[in-house]
Amino acid sequence: MSGGVDSAVAAARAVAAGHDVVGVHLALSRTRDAMRSGSRGCCSREDASDAARAADLLGIPYYVWDLSEEFTRDVVDDFVAAYAAGETPNPCLRCNEKIKFAAVLDKALALGFDAVCTGHYARLDPSVPRLRRSADADKDQSYVLAVLRADQLRHAMFPIGDTPKPQIREEAARLGLRVAGKPDSHDICFIPTGDTQGFLREQLGSRPGDVVDSASGEVLGTHDGVHGFTVGQRKGLGIDRPAADGRPRYVLGIEPVNGTVRVGPDSALDVTSISARTPVWASGVAPEAPFGCVAQVRAHGGTAPAEVTPSDDGVTVVLSEPLRGVAPGQAVAFYRPCEDGDVVLGSATVAATH
Amino acid sequence: MLPAAVAAMSDALGRTGNASSLHSSGRRARREVEEGRERIAEATGARPSEVVFTTGGTESDNLAVKGIYWARCTADARRTRVLVSSVEHHAVLDAADWLVEHEGARLRLLDVDATGRVRPETLRAALAEEPDGNALVSIMWANNEVGTVNPVQELAGVAHEFGVPFHTDAVQAVGILDVDFAASGADALTLTGHKLGGPYGAGALLLGRDVDCTPLLHGGGQERDVRSGTLDVPSLVGLSTAVTESVAAAPHRRAELAALRDELVRAVRAEVPDAVVNGDALDAVVAGGPGRLPGNAHLSFPGCEGDSLLMLLDANGIDCSTGSACTAGVAQPSHVLLAMGADESTARGSLRFSLGHTSTRDDVAALGGAIGSVVERARRAGRGAPAAVTG
Repeated sequence: MSGGVDSAVAAARAVAAGHDVVGVHLALSRTRDAMRSGSRGCCSREDASDAARAADLLGIPYYVWDLSEEFTRDVVDDFVAAYAAGETPNPCLRCNEKIKFAAVLDKALALGFDAVCTGHYARLDPSVPRLRRSADADKDQSYVLAVLRADQLRHAMFPIGDTPKPQIREEAARLGLRVAGKPDSHDICFIPTGDTQGFLREQLGSRPGDVVDSASGEVLGTHDGVHGFTVGQRKGLGIDRPAADGRPRYVLGIEPVNGTVRVGPDSALDVTSISARTPVWASGVAPEAPFGCVAQVRAHGGTAPAEVTPSDDGVTVVLSEPLRGVAPGQAVAFYRPCEDGDVVLGSATVAATH
Repeated sequence: MLPAAVAAMSDALGRTGNASSLHSSGRRARREVEEGRERIAEATGARPSEVVFTTGGTESDNLAVKGIYWARCTADARRTRVLVSSVEHHAVLDAADWLVEHEGARLRLLDVDATGRVRPETLRAALAEEPDGNALVSIMWANNEVGTVNPVQELAGVAHEFGVPFHTDAVQAVGILDVDFAASGADALTLTGHKLGGPYGAGALLLGRDVDCTPLLHGGGQERDVRSGTLDVPSLVGLSTAVTESVAAAPHRRAELAALRDELVRAVRAEVPDAVVNGDALDAVVAGGPGRLPGNAHLSFPGCEGDSLLMLLDANGIDCSTGSACTAGVAQPSHVLLAMGADESTARGSLRFSLGHTSTRDDVAALGGAIGSVVERARRAGRGAPAAVTG
């Protein structure tokens, strides 16, 4: 229970369904004064107290589990290392994979619980298991859950995935939950200021390199570190001259070893083929033959019909329509279109794009 | 609360009257307060004028530590050393830390032995390091976590060898151990209502008549000019009733609770043979009295996270405590166990069971019935992350 409205209603629904529910708030930060204003972290004092109040109202026990060490190691350090390696990580996805449905789930199972129930917007039939997009398309979080293996999904519960968010807020208000009107969180929880670049600079320091024109090889400028760039980025490239054709230039690629950032026109951003590593299959069974699906490369949007071919060291994804802003480190999730909500087939981590 | 305290306090709630007022209802309230003060004084070996009413243990500890520090510094600017045991309650430890951060104090933490006790020679050596620089000594009568009782009279005597005032937090002791303020030699003693069957938010600092103490709260000077604030008459009526009752019943309750506690330890160790009792031996004797609080059982369960044990026992209807939690609710390893030399893993795998006037043999049997499977599950869940460095 993060202290937000979604997990509070998820807990309420689990209680109403007759489950024996215990509320757990995760302490993920080691900073003492995590009380923040304006921005909501996973572990501010205010959020912890909101979660506790919700649990009290629902009449369930409430505990704070200190997973700050695991979170620092598996999510924050991983995030920083990925940027240092020129990749674009998604920490929420990593948190689901390593914390909520690993560290928390393992502890819960050992203590005698059957499942971890969260306020994610996704629909799940845990017996198959089959994970689908939420009924509220704008809120769908199936992408950040697509990293979960079958053995994790079998012990997960997402009770609010079948309901649009406005109705969740109404339900919270009806139940008397004070968090009914609490604003959604948007920031990365461990960067409450929202200044990701500042955070990375603090963590990684200065690692200068060149900004190079992708076509001509000409050095256009210098930069303080590849962690300042994401594929598809247009602003803040630090180039003082316009391109010869007068069109904006974008980051096309990052070479962390020599610190080179390659830039070029937007037409060069189009990706039609992706090599991806460490695939995860929701069914628990790796497909042997190529299959058609819809690929998604970002939490929201960025979908295209695709053909996925499994190989020994990952998968190859051939897109039938080009996608932009695909960067190594991102997850590519595979969906089977379905009227009742697209079904998650699996996901993999983007290694290279073409 | 003890039924007699509930009755006396409920009765008083129906009456109006400000004990500071001169009119008749004020006089009646004043009489209730003063009679309560006299009863507390009589039960604790103090003079009525030495009873300063407060809102409880935290205020009394803060008043004693900060107030005596300020008075001692004002009299002689060299006296900036605050000597407190490393196992004090946070109301003493954090007050001392605050003095260091804001008032130029120097903290001298006193080591404890493996049972959690301050040895007189430890205090003597610490005082002798700078005989002219000591502001005060604060050592608890009995520890709230592991129940270890200190030789207060002897420790106060050592402080007086150096002419240094001695405060003791006796929140755990009054109403269960023999506490005699005059005989103990202490200059200041903290007691609080809710630990002895009285109301929450009511307590007292017993403060020797000749001990200088600068006030924390300024205003009407109601309590000997050391503490201001309109007195909460009904709470003080409840407090004085509870002190009288609990002190009178103490010898009998001590024996009863110790027997129940021994049974609890036996029941737990029958199911979990490697559980370790922390603190002093169950039958230890200090200064002719119990060496540990009779209602206290503090146990370590190797391989378990205290959090998990607490959660599983709670689910079985058994309340216990892991020590302290930070403001966000994260359990912290006990500073008491760490000071006693326990490693962090042992400190995190420990629970305190407290027995009181409502505890029964059935409660102990219920714990015995649950603890085996609880420990087994907690062991499977293993250790969580090591403790946060800050929290």
